[in-house]
Amino acid sequence: MNIDIFLQQLVNGASLGSMYALIAIGYTMVYGVLRLINFAHGDIMMVGAFLTFFATSAGMPFEVAVLIGIVGSAIIGILTDKIAYKPLREAPKISLLITAIGISFFLENLFTVLFGSTPKAFKAPEYLTKIFHLGNIYLPISVIIIPTVTLLILAIVLWILYKTKYGMAIRALAFDIQTVKLMGIDADKIIMIVFIIGSALAAIGGVFYAVSYPSIDPLMGIIVGLKAFAAAVLGGIGSVGGAVVGGFILGFTEIFVVAMFPELGGYKDAFAFFFLILVLLFKPTGIMGQDLERGRF
Amino acid sequence: MGNSILKIENITMQFGGVTAIKDLSFEVQKGQIYGLIGPNGAGKTTIFNIITGNLTPTSGFVIFENENITSTKPNKVVYKGIARTFQNIRLFKSMTVLENILIGFDAQANYSYFEAILRLPRFFKKEKEIRQKAYELMKIFGIEEFADTNATALSYGNQRKVEIARALATNPKLLLLDEPAAGMNPNETAELSDIIHKIKKDFDLTILLIEHDMKFVNAMCDQLTVLDYGAKIFEGKPADAIVDEKVISAYLGDFSHA
Repeated sequence: MNIDIFLQQLVNGASLGSMYALIAIGYTMVYGVLRLINFAHGDIMMVGAFLTFFATSAGMPFEVAVLIGIVGSAIIGILTDKIAYKPLREAPKISLLITAIGISFFLENLFTVLFGSTPKAFKAPEYLTKIFHLGNIYLPISVIIIPTVTLLILAIVLWILYKTKYGMAIRALAFDIQTVKLMGIDADKIIMIVFIIGSALAAIGGVFYAVSYPSIDPLMGIIVGLKAFAAAVLGGIGSVGGAVVGGFILGFTEIFVVAMFPELGGYKDAFAFFFLILVLLFKPTGIMGQDLERGRF
Repeated sequence: MGNSILKIENITMQFGGVTAIKDLSFEVQKGQIYGLIGPNGAGKTTIFNIITGNLTPTSGFVIFENENITSTKPNKVVYKGIARTFQNIRLFKSMTVLENILIGFDAQANYSYFEAILRLPRFFKKEKEIRQKAYELMKIFGIEEFADTNATALSYGNQRKVEIARALATNPKLLLLDEPAAGMNPNETAELSDIIHKIKKDFDLTILLIEHDMKFVNAMCDQLTVLDYGAKIFEGKPADAIVDEKVISAYLGDFSHA
Protein backbone atom coordinates (compact mmCIF):
# COMPACT_ATOMS: atom_id res chain seq x y z
CA MET A 1 0.00 0.00 0.00
CA ASN A 2 1.59 3.26 -1.01
CA ILE A 3 1.47 6.37 1.12
CA ASP A 4 -1.26 8.06 -0.91
CA ILE A 5 -3.65 5.20 -0.56
CA PHE A 6 -2.72 4.89 3.08
CA LEU A 7 -3.56 8.55 3.73
CA GLN A 8 -6.73 8.30 1.75
CA GLN A 9 -7.88 5.31 3.78
CA LEU A 10 -6.81 6.99 7.00
CA VAL A 11 -9.12 9.90 6.30
CA ASN A 12 -11.92 7.57 5.28
CA GLY A 13 -11.47 5.58 8.47
CA ALA A 14 -11.58 8.71 10.59
CA SER A 15 -14.77 9.76 8.87
CA LEU A 16 -16.46 6.40 9.38
CA GLY A 17 -15.16 6.17 12.94
CA SER A 18 -16.66 9.58 13.67
CA MET A 19 -20.13 8.31 12.86
CA TYR A 20 -19.72 5.29 15.11
CA ALA A 21 -18.29 7.51 17.84
CA LEU A 22 -21.18 9.98 17.74
CA ILE A 23 -23.74 7.20 18.05
CA ALA A 24 -21.69 5.29 20.63
CA ILE A 25 -21.67 8.32 22.95
CA GLY A 26 -25.45 8.09 23.22
CA TYR A 27 -25.34 4.38 24.04
CA THR A 28 -22.74 4.90 26.69
CA MET A 29 -24.37 7.91 28.36
CA VAL A 30 -27.79 6.30 28.59
CA TYR A 31 -26.13 3.18 29.96
CA GLY A 32 -24.40 5.34 32.54
CA VAL A 33 -27.58 6.80 34.00
CA LEU A 34 -30.10 4.01 33.42
CA ARG A 35 -27.98 0.85 33.11
CA LEU A 36 -29.89 0.34 29.89
CA ILE A 37 -28.54 -0.70 26.50
CA ASN A 38 -30.88 1.50 24.52
CA PHE A 39 -31.34 -0.60 21.41
CA ALA A 40 -33.63 2.04 19.95
CA HIS A 41 -30.67 4.40 19.74
CA GLY A 42 -29.65 3.34 16.22
CA ASP A 43 -33.18 4.09 15.07
CA ILE A 44 -32.99 7.57 16.57
CA MET A 45 -30.10 8.09 14.17
CA MET A 46 -32.37 6.98 11.32
CA VAL A 47 -35.06 9.41 12.51
CA GLY A 48 -32.49 12.22 12.43
CA ALA A 49 -31.46 11.38 8.86
CA PHE A 50 -35.10 11.14 7.72
CA LEU A 51 -36.20 14.40 9.30
CA THR A 52 -33.24 16.15 7.72
CA PHE A 53 -34.11 14.55 4.38
CA PHE A 54 -37.72 15.71 4.55
CA ALA A 55 -36.72 19.21 5.56
CA THR A 56 -34.31 19.54 2.63
CA SER A 57 -36.93 18.04 0.29
CA ALA A 58 -39.32 20.72 1.49
CA GLY A 59 -36.83 23.23 0.18
CA MET A 60 -35.19 24.29 3.41
CA PRO A 61 -31.49 25.13 3.46
CA PHE A 62 -29.33 22.19 4.52
CA GLU A 63 -28.22 23.81 7.80
CA VAL A 64 -31.80 24.49 8.87
CA ALA A 65 -32.76 20.95 7.88
CA VAL A 66 -30.00 19.49 10.02
CA LEU A 67 -31.18 21.58 12.94
CA ILE A 68 -34.70 20.25 12.45
CA GLY A 69 -33.30 16.71 12.35
CA ILE A 70 -31.42 17.28 15.60
CA VAL A 71 -34.33 18.88 17.45
CA GLY A 72 -36.80 16.31 16.11
CA SER A 73 -34.59 13.40 17.18
CA ALA A 74 -34.11 14.93 20.61
CA ILE A 75 -37.89 15.15 20.96
CA ILE A 76 -38.32 11.51 19.88
CA GLY A 77 -35.57 10.59 22.35
CA ILE A 78 -37.33 12.40 25.19
CA LEU A 79 -40.65 10.81 24.25
CA THR A 80 -39.25 7.26 24.24
CA ASP A 81 -37.84 7.87 27.70
CA LYS A 82 -41.02 9.44 29.08
CA ILE A 83 -43.46 7.00 27.49
CA ALA A 84 -41.54 3.72 27.43
CA TYR A 85 -38.68 3.80 29.94
CA LYS A 86 -39.84 6.05 32.74
CA PRO A 87 -42.69 3.79 33.91
CA LEU A 88 -40.07 1.03 34.26
CA ARG A 89 -37.55 2.85 36.46
CA GLU A 90 -38.15 0.47 39.34
CA ALA A 91 -38.67 -2.60 37.14
CA PRO A 92 -36.01 -5.26 36.52
CA LYS A 93 -33.43 -4.15 33.94
CA ILE A 94 -34.41 -6.95 31.59
CA SER A 95 -37.90 -5.42 31.19
CA LEU A 96 -36.26 -2.16 30.22
CA LEU A 97 -34.04 -3.90 27.68
CA ILE A 98 -36.95 -5.72 26.07
CA THR A 99 -38.87 -2.45 25.90
CA ALA A 100 -35.93 -0.82 24.15
CA ILE A 101 -35.94 -3.55 21.51
CA GLY A 102 -39.69 -3.02 21.15
CA ILE A 103 -39.21 0.72 20.62
CA SER A 104 -36.58 -0.10 18.01
CA PHE A 105 -39.00 -2.31 16.03
CA PHE A 106 -41.73 0.26 16.46
CA LEU A 107 -39.68 3.12 14.99
CA GLU A 108 -38.39 0.98 12.10
CA ASN A 109 -41.86 -0.21 11.17
CA LEU A 110 -43.52 3.14 11.73
CA PHE A 111 -41.14 4.77 9.26
CA THR A 112 -41.53 1.88 6.82
CA VAL A 113 -45.31 2.21 6.89
CA LEU A 114 -45.26 5.99 6.64
CA PHE A 115 -42.54 6.44 4.04
CA GLY A 116 -42.02 3.07 2.39
CA SER A 117 -39.00 0.84 2.49
CA THR A 118 -37.38 1.97 -0.75
CA PRO A 119 -34.12 3.81 -0.09
CA LYS A 120 -34.29 7.53 -0.67
CA ALA A 121 -31.50 9.51 -2.27
CA PHE A 122 -30.09 11.96 0.20
CA LYS A 123 -28.91 15.13 -1.42
CA ALA A 124 -26.06 16.72 0.45
CA PRO A 125 -25.09 20.32 -0.31
CA GLU A 126 -22.32 20.75 -2.81
CA TYR A 127 -19.85 22.20 -0.33
CA LEU A 128 -19.82 18.86 1.49
CA THR A 129 -19.51 16.59 -1.50
CA LYS A 130 -17.07 18.65 -3.54
CA ILE A 131 -13.97 16.66 -4.36
CA PHE A 132 -10.61 18.21 -3.67
CA HIS A 133 -7.18 16.75 -4.12
CA LEU A 134 -4.06 16.87 -2.07
CA GLY A 135 -1.14 15.52 -4.06
CA ASN A 136 -2.51 12.30 -5.42
CA ILE A 137 -5.36 11.90 -2.93
CA TYR A 138 -8.86 12.71 -4.02
CA LEU A 139 -11.36 13.30 -1.27
CA PRO A 140 -14.80 14.79 -0.74
CA ILE A 141 -14.60 17.64 1.74
CA SER A 142 -17.01 15.81 4.02
CA VAL A 143 -14.32 13.35 5.15
CA ILE A 144 -12.41 16.27 6.62
CA ILE A 145 -15.43 18.06 8.04
CA ILE A 146 -16.97 14.99 9.70
CA PRO A 147 -14.05 14.11 12.02
CA THR A 148 -13.47 17.78 12.79
CA VAL A 149 -17.07 18.35 13.81
CA THR A 150 -17.02 15.10 15.78
CA LEU A 151 -13.99 16.12 17.84
CA LEU A 152 -15.56 19.51 18.43
CA ILE A 153 -18.74 17.84 19.66
CA LEU A 154 -16.73 15.52 21.88
CA ALA A 155 -15.05 18.54 23.44
CA ILE A 156 -18.45 20.12 24.10
CA VAL A 157 -19.84 16.92 25.65
CA LEU A 158 -16.81 16.53 27.91
CA TRP A 159 -17.11 20.17 28.89
CA ILE A 160 -20.75 19.66 29.82
CA LEU A 161 -19.90 16.52 31.79
CA TYR A 162 -16.98 17.93 33.74
CA LYS A 163 -17.55 21.67 33.93
CA THR A 164 -21.26 22.18 34.47
CA LYS A 165 -23.50 21.29 37.35
CA TYR A 166 -25.69 19.28 34.98
CA GLY A 167 -22.67 17.25 33.97
CA MET A 168 -21.80 16.70 37.59
CA ALA A 169 -25.32 15.46 38.21
CA ILE A 170 -25.10 13.15 35.17
CA ARG A 171 -21.88 11.64 36.47
CA ALA A 172 -23.26 11.32 39.99
CA LEU A 173 -26.37 9.62 38.65
CA ALA A 174 -24.16 6.86 37.27
CA PHE A 175 -23.37 5.90 40.85
CA ASP A 176 -26.42 6.36 42.92
CA ILE A 177 -29.80 7.64 41.82
CA GLN A 178 -31.26 7.71 45.33
CA THR A 179 -28.51 9.87 46.75
CA VAL A 180 -28.66 12.21 43.78
CA LYS A 181 -32.32 12.82 44.55
CA LEU A 182 -31.45 13.52 48.17
CA MET A 183 -29.18 16.29 46.95
CA GLY A 184 -32.26 18.03 45.64
CA ILE A 185 -31.66 17.06 42.04
CA ASP A 186 -34.57 16.07 39.84
CA ALA A 187 -33.18 12.78 38.50
CA ASP A 188 -35.78 12.59 35.73
CA LYS A 189 -34.73 15.97 34.43
CA ILE A 190 -31.09 14.86 34.32
CA ILE A 191 -32.07 11.65 32.51
CA MET A 192 -33.98 13.80 30.02
CA ILE A 193 -30.87 15.89 29.40
CA VAL A 194 -28.93 12.68 28.71
CA PHE A 195 -31.54 11.61 26.15
CA ILE A 196 -31.40 15.04 24.52
CA ILE A 197 -27.61 14.93 24.21
CA GLY A 198 -27.56 11.29 23.04
CA SER A 199 -30.34 11.74 20.48
CA ALA A 200 -28.91 14.97 19.12
CA LEU A 201 -25.53 13.32 18.57
CA ALA A 202 -27.21 10.31 16.95
CA ALA A 203 -29.02 12.66 14.57
CA ILE A 204 -25.75 14.33 13.62
CA GLY A 205 -24.26 10.86 13.10
CA GLY A 206 -27.26 10.01 10.91
CA VAL A 207 -26.77 13.10 8.78
CA PHE A 208 -23.06 12.31 8.38
CA TYR A 209 -23.98 8.78 7.35
CA ALA A 210 -26.48 10.08 4.82
CA VAL A 211 -23.93 12.52 3.42
CA SER A 212 -21.29 9.79 3.06
CA TYR A 213 -23.56 7.03 1.74
CA PRO A 214 -26.17 9.16 0.05
CA SER A 215 -29.12 6.88 0.56
CA ILE A 216 -31.37 6.42 3.56
CA ASP A 217 -34.00 3.85 4.49
CA PRO A 218 -36.00 3.02 7.63
CA LEU A 219 -33.72 0.10 8.53
CA MET A 220 -30.45 1.98 8.16
CA GLY A 221 -30.15 2.34 11.94
CA ILE A 222 -29.99 -1.36 12.69
CA ILE A 223 -26.54 -2.34 11.56
CA VAL A 224 -24.94 1.04 12.23
CA GLY A 225 -26.56 1.10 15.66
CA LEU A 226 -25.31 -2.37 16.51
CA LYS A 227 -21.81 -1.48 15.36
CA ALA A 228 -21.84 1.70 17.43
CA PHE A 229 -22.96 -0.42 20.36
CA ALA A 230 -19.99 -2.71 19.76
CA ALA A 231 -17.80 0.40 19.66
CA ALA A 232 -19.20 1.57 23.00
CA VAL A 233 -18.46 -1.81 24.58
CA LEU A 234 -15.01 -1.91 23.00
CA GLY A 235 -14.21 1.51 24.46
CA GLY A 236 -15.74 0.63 27.80
CA ILE A 237 -19.44 1.14 28.23
CA GLY A 238 -20.18 4.07 30.51
CA SER A 239 -17.13 6.01 29.33
CA VAL A 240 -17.67 8.84 26.82
CA GLY A 241 -13.98 8.99 25.94
CA GLY A 242 -14.04 5.22 25.49
CA ALA A 243 -17.01 5.44 23.13
CA VAL A 244 -15.06 7.78 20.89
CA VAL A 245 -11.91 5.66 21.00
CA GLY A 246 -13.97 2.54 20.29
CA GLY A 247 -15.74 4.25 17.40
CA PHE A 248 -12.52 5.32 15.74
CA ILE A 249 -10.85 1.92 16.22
CA LEU A 250 -13.83 0.31 14.57
CA GLY A 251 -13.85 2.82 11.71
CA PHE A 252 -10.14 2.43 10.98
CA THR A 253 -10.29 -1.36 11.19
CA GLU A 254 -13.19 -1.64 8.80
CA ILE A 255 -11.58 0.61 6.22
CA PHE A 256 -8.06 -0.79 6.48
CA VAL A 257 -8.89 -4.46 6.55
CA VAL A 258 -10.96 -4.04 3.41
CA ALA A 259 -8.24 -1.91 1.77
CA MET A 260 -5.53 -4.42 2.53
CA PHE A 261 -7.49 -7.60 2.00
CA PRO A 262 -10.17 -6.77 -0.55
CA GLU A 263 -11.30 -10.39 -0.55
CA LEU A 264 -12.50 -9.84 3.05
CA GLY A 265 -14.76 -7.01 1.92
CA GLY A 266 -17.84 -9.14 2.29
CA TYR A 267 -17.11 -9.59 5.98
CA LYS A 268 -16.86 -5.84 6.59
CA ASP A 269 -19.86 -5.76 8.86
CA ALA A 270 -18.61 -8.69 10.90
CA PHE A 271 -15.50 -7.00 12.32
CA ALA A 272 -17.48 -5.00 14.84
CA PHE A 273 -18.98 -8.14 16.28
CA PHE A 274 -15.67 -9.95 16.19
CA PHE A 275 -14.34 -7.13 18.40
CA LEU A 276 -17.41 -7.34 20.57
CA ILE A 277 -16.87 -11.04 21.22
CA LEU A 278 -13.16 -10.56 21.93
CA VAL A 279 -13.82 -7.72 24.36
CA LEU A 280 -16.53 -9.63 26.16
CA LEU A 281 -14.24 -12.64 26.44
CA PHE A 282 -11.04 -10.98 27.54
CA LYS A 283 -11.74 -7.51 28.89
CA PRO A 284 -15.45 -6.99 29.56
CA THR A 285 -14.84 -3.49 30.92
CA GLY A 286 -13.42 -2.39 27.57
CA ILE A 287 -10.49 -0.09 26.92
CA MET A 288 -11.42 2.83 29.16
CA GLY A 289 -14.30 1.42 31.13
CA GLN A 290 -14.21 0.61 34.80
CA ASP A 291 -15.99 -1.88 36.95
CA LEU A 292 -19.56 -1.61 35.67
CA GLU A 293 -21.04 -1.50 39.14
CA ARG A 294 -19.14 1.67 39.79
CA GLY A 295 -19.84 3.26 36.43
CA ARG A 296 -17.91 6.18 35.07
CA PHE A 297 -17.88 8.67 32.26
CA MET B 1 -45.38 22.83 71.37
CA GLY B 2 -44.23 25.60 69.05
CA ASN B 3 -40.70 24.28 69.29
CA SER B 4 -41.25 20.97 67.59
CA ILE B 5 -39.42 20.59 64.27
CA LEU B 6 -40.27 17.00 63.33
CA LYS B 7 -43.30 15.01 64.33
CA ILE B 8 -43.73 11.35 63.47
CA GLU B 9 -47.42 10.59 63.85
CA ASN B 10 -48.71 7.03 64.12
CA ILE B 11 -46.58 5.70 61.32
CA THR B 12 -47.08 2.11 60.26
CA MET B 13 -45.05 0.59 57.45
CA GLN B 14 -45.82 -2.78 55.95
CA PHE B 15 -43.82 -4.58 53.30
CA GLY B 16 -46.14 -7.24 52.00
CA GLY B 17 -47.16 -9.13 55.12
CA VAL B 18 -44.26 -7.89 57.22
CA THR B 19 -44.85 -4.98 59.53
CA ALA B 20 -41.57 -3.09 59.73
CA ILE B 21 -42.93 -0.23 61.82
CA LYS B 22 -45.93 -0.39 64.09
CA ASP B 23 -47.87 2.76 64.99
CA LEU B 24 -44.77 4.78 65.80
CA SER B 25 -44.96 8.35 67.10
CA PHE B 26 -42.27 10.64 68.43
CA GLU B 27 -41.41 14.27 68.32
CA VAL B 28 -38.09 16.02 67.88
CA GLN B 29 -37.66 19.50 69.32
CA LYS B 30 -35.69 22.19 67.56
CA GLY B 31 -32.02 22.15 68.54
CA GLN B 32 -32.07 18.65 69.99
CA ILE B 33 -29.82 15.76 69.23
CA TYR B 34 -32.36 12.99 69.16
CA GLY B 35 -31.36 9.34 69.13
CA LEU B 36 -33.18 6.51 67.42
CA ILE B 37 -31.77 3.24 68.67
CA GLY B 38 -32.66 -0.40 68.69
CA PRO B 39 -31.37 -3.80 67.63
CA ASN B 40 -30.75 -4.69 64.00
CA GLY B 41 -33.91 -4.84 61.97
CA ALA B 42 -35.87 -2.69 64.38
CA GLY B 43 -36.93 -0.35 61.59
CA LYS B 44 -34.66 2.61 62.22
CA THR B 45 -33.41 3.09 58.67
CA THR B 46 -36.96 2.55 57.40
CA ILE B 47 -37.99 5.63 59.39
CA PHE B 48 -35.22 7.62 57.71
CA ASN B 49 -36.40 6.44 54.32
CA ILE B 50 -39.93 7.52 55.17
CA ILE B 51 -38.84 10.96 56.40
CA THR B 52 -36.80 11.62 53.24
CA GLY B 53 -39.61 10.44 50.97
CA ASN B 54 -37.96 7.30 49.66
CA LEU B 55 -40.78 5.26 51.14
CA THR B 56 -44.43 6.09 51.60
CA PRO B 57 -45.76 4.80 54.91
CA THR B 58 -48.77 2.49 54.92
CA SER B 59 -50.40 4.92 57.33
CA GLY B 60 -49.43 7.87 59.46
CA PHE B 61 -47.80 11.23 58.86
CA VAL B 62 -44.47 12.99 58.84
CA ILE B 63 -44.87 16.59 60.00
CA PHE B 64 -41.90 18.88 59.45
CA GLU B 65 -42.16 22.43 60.75
CA ASN B 66 -45.93 22.08 60.98
CA GLU B 67 -46.18 20.96 57.37
CA ASN B 68 -47.30 17.51 56.32
CA ILE B 69 -44.46 16.17 54.16
CA THR B 70 -45.55 12.52 54.06
CA SER B 71 -44.60 10.99 50.68
CA THR B 72 -43.08 14.21 49.37
CA LYS B 73 -40.50 13.25 46.73
CA PRO B 74 -36.90 12.97 47.97
CA ASN B 75 -35.67 15.78 45.73
CA LYS B 76 -38.35 18.07 47.17
CA VAL B 77 -37.77 17.08 50.78
CA VAL B 78 -34.26 18.52 50.51
CA TYR B 79 -35.65 21.97 49.87
CA LYS B 80 -37.74 21.74 53.04
CA GLY B 81 -34.45 21.48 54.91
CA ILE B 82 -33.84 17.80 55.59
CA ALA B 83 -30.60 16.03 54.70
CA ARG B 84 -29.24 12.61 55.55
CA THR B 85 -26.22 10.34 55.50
CA PHE B 86 -26.22 6.60 54.97
CA GLN B 87 -25.21 3.67 57.11
CA ASN B 88 -23.04 2.33 54.32
CA ILE B 89 -21.31 5.43 53.01
CA ARG B 90 -22.72 6.39 49.64
CA LEU B 91 -20.39 8.88 48.07
CA PHE B 92 -20.23 9.49 44.35
CA LYS B 93 -17.24 7.32 43.60
CA SER B 94 -14.51 8.43 41.25
CA MET B 95 -15.66 12.00 41.67
CA THR B 96 -13.48 14.28 43.75
CA VAL B 97 -14.27 15.33 47.30
CA LEU B 98 -14.94 18.86 46.08
CA GLU B 99 -17.34 17.62 43.40
CA ASN B 100 -19.18 15.47 45.91
CA ILE B 101 -19.77 18.52 48.05
CA LEU B 102 -20.56 20.83 45.14
CA ILE B 103 -23.41 18.51 44.18
CA GLY B 104 -24.91 19.11 47.59
CA PHE B 105 -24.95 22.81 46.81
CA ASP B 106 -26.98 22.19 43.66
CA ALA B 107 -30.16 22.78 45.62
CA GLN B 108 -29.06 26.33 46.26
CA ALA B 109 -27.62 27.22 42.88
CA ASN B 110 -30.67 28.85 41.41
CA TYR B 111 -29.34 30.02 38.10
CA SER B 112 -31.19 28.74 35.07
CA TYR B 113 -30.00 26.68 32.08
CA PHE B 114 -30.06 29.89 30.17
CA GLU B 115 -27.72 31.69 32.52
CA ALA B 116 -25.44 28.68 32.74
CA ILE B 117 -25.15 28.32 28.98
CA LEU B 118 -24.70 32.00 28.33
CA ARG B 119 -22.37 32.22 31.33
CA LEU B 120 -24.03 35.38 32.57
CA PRO B 121 -22.25 37.29 35.35
CA ARG B 122 -24.69 36.05 37.97
CA PHE B 123 -23.66 32.52 37.08
CA PHE B 124 -20.00 33.21 37.75
CA LYS B 125 -20.76 35.05 40.97
CA LYS B 126 -22.89 32.18 42.18
CA GLU B 127 -20.33 29.56 41.11
CA LYS B 128 -17.59 31.39 42.98
CA GLU B 129 -19.76 31.72 46.05
CA ILE B 130 -20.56 28.01 46.01
CA ARG B 131 -16.93 27.01 45.67
CA GLN B 132 -16.00 29.24 48.56
CA LYS B 133 -18.72 27.70 50.70
CA ALA B 134 -17.60 24.20 49.74
CA TYR B 135 -14.05 25.00 50.86
CA GLU B 136 -15.33 26.46 54.14
CA LEU B 137 -17.25 23.24 54.75
CA MET B 138 -14.22 21.10 53.99
CA LYS B 139 -12.18 23.18 56.42
CA ILE B 140 -14.63 22.50 59.23
CA PHE B 141 -14.11 18.80 58.68
CA GLY B 142 -10.39 19.16 58.09
CA ILE B 143 -10.60 17.58 54.64
CA GLU B 144 -9.75 20.56 52.44
CA GLU B 145 -6.40 19.01 51.51
CA PHE B 146 -8.34 16.22 49.79
CA ALA B 147 -10.49 18.58 47.69
CA ASP B 148 -9.19 17.22 44.39
CA THR B 149 -8.72 13.66 45.55
CA ASN B 150 -11.01 10.89 44.44
CA ALA B 151 -13.55 10.35 47.22
CA THR B 152 -12.92 6.61 47.34
CA ALA B 153 -9.21 7.14 47.98
CA LEU B 154 -9.95 8.58 51.42
CA SER B 155 -9.91 6.68 54.69
CA TYR B 156 -13.19 5.39 56.02
CA GLY B 157 -13.35 8.09 58.69
CA ASN B 158 -12.70 10.83 56.16
CA GLN B 159 -15.28 9.45 53.74
CA ARG B 160 -17.78 9.68 56.55
CA LYS B 161 -16.84 13.32 56.97
CA VAL B 162 -17.27 14.00 53.27
CA GLU B 163 -20.72 12.46 53.43
CA ILE B 164 -21.75 14.67 56.33
CA ALA B 165 -20.25 17.72 54.61
CA ARG B 166 -22.19 16.87 51.46
CA ALA B 167 -25.41 16.65 53.48
CA LEU B 168 -24.65 20.04 55.08
CA ALA B 169 -24.12 21.56 51.65
CA THR B 170 -27.86 21.26 51.02
CA ASN B 171 -28.36 23.73 53.88
CA PRO B 172 -30.54 21.56 56.12
CA LYS B 173 -32.32 22.45 59.32
CA LEU B 174 -32.67 18.80 60.25
CA LEU B 175 -29.80 16.40 59.70
CA LEU B 176 -30.42 12.66 59.75
CA LEU B 177 -27.32 10.61 60.53
CA ASP B 178 -27.55 6.86 59.98
CA GLU B 179 -24.99 5.17 62.24
CA PRO B 180 -22.34 7.85 61.82
CA ALA B 181 -19.92 6.11 64.17
CA ALA B 182 -20.24 2.67 62.59
CA GLY B 183 -16.88 1.13 61.82
CA MET B 184 -14.93 3.91 63.52
CA ASN B 185 -12.24 3.42 66.14
CA PRO B 186 -12.60 5.18 69.53
CA ASN B 187 -10.40 8.09 68.43
CA GLU B 188 -12.41 8.66 65.29
CA THR B 189 -15.64 8.35 67.25
CA ALA B 190 -14.52 10.99 69.73
CA GLU B 191 -13.53 13.30 66.89
CA LEU B 192 -16.88 12.70 65.23
CA SER B 193 -18.75 13.63 68.43
CA ASP B 194 -16.87 16.93 68.54
CA ILE B 195 -17.66 17.63 64.91
CA ILE B 196 -21.34 16.85 65.34
CA HIS B 197 -21.56 19.20 68.32
CA LYS B 198 -19.70 21.86 66.39
CA ILE B 199 -21.81 21.73 63.24
CA LYS B 200 -24.97 21.59 65.31
CA LYS B 201 -23.98 24.89 66.89
CA ASP B 202 -22.50 26.54 63.78
CA PHE B 203 -25.32 25.58 61.44
CA ASP B 204 -28.13 25.82 63.98
CA LEU B 205 -29.11 22.22 63.33
CA THR B 206 -31.41 19.69 64.82
CA ILE B 207 -29.99 16.19 64.58
CA LEU B 208 -31.74 12.86 64.47
CA LEU B 209 -29.31 9.99 64.63
CA ILE B 210 -29.44 6.23 64.46
CA GLU B 211 -26.82 4.45 66.47
CA HIS B 212 -25.90 1.12 68.00
CA ASP B 213 -23.07 2.32 70.18
CA MET B 214 -24.79 3.08 73.51
CA LYS B 215 -21.78 4.96 74.84
CA PHE B 216 -21.85 7.26 71.84
CA VAL B 217 -25.60 7.75 72.17
CA ASN B 218 -25.27 8.47 75.86
CA ALA B 219 -22.69 11.13 75.23
CA MET B 220 -24.53 12.70 72.29
CA CYS B 221 -28.27 12.60 72.68
CA ASP B 222 -30.63 14.79 74.64
CA GLN B 223 -33.52 12.44 74.09
CA LEU B 224 -34.06 9.10 72.45
CA THR B 225 -36.55 6.57 71.26
CA VAL B 226 -35.79 2.89 71.44
CA LEU B 227 -37.34 0.65 68.79
CA ASP B 228 -37.75 -3.08 68.87
CA TYR B 229 -39.48 -4.95 66.04
CA GLY B 230 -40.81 -1.67 64.71
CA ALA B 231 -42.50 -0.58 67.91
CA LYS B 232 -41.43 2.02 70.44
CA ILE B 233 -40.39 0.42 73.71
CA PHE B 234 -38.87 3.46 75.36
CA GLU B 235 -38.75 7.23 75.03
CA GLY B 236 -36.81 9.53 77.30
CA LYS B 237 -33.35 10.47 78.51
CA PRO B 238 -30.41 8.22 77.58
CA ALA B 239 -29.51 7.81 81.24
CA ASP B 240 -32.92 6.31 81.91
CA ALA B 241 -32.80 4.11 78.82
CA ILE B 242 -29.80 2.10 79.93
CA VAL B 243 -31.53 1.09 83.15
CA ASP B 244 -34.88 0.39 81.51
CA GLU B 245 -35.83 -3.28 81.69
CA LYS B 246 -37.46 -3.47 78.28
CA VAL B 247 -34.49 -1.81 76.61
CA ILE B 248 -32.06 -4.13 78.33
CA SER B 249 -34.01 -7.21 77.38
CA ALA B 250 -34.34 -6.05 73.76
CA TYR B 251 -30.60 -5.60 73.54
CA LEU B 252 -29.37 -8.47 75.67
CA GLY B 253 -32.19 -10.96 75.39
CA ASP B 254 -34.90 -11.45 77.92
CA PHE B 255 -33.27 -12.80 81.09
CA SER B 256 -35.95 -11.94 83.62
CA HIS B 257 -38.55 -14.29 82.21
CA ALA B 258 -36.22 -16.95 80.92
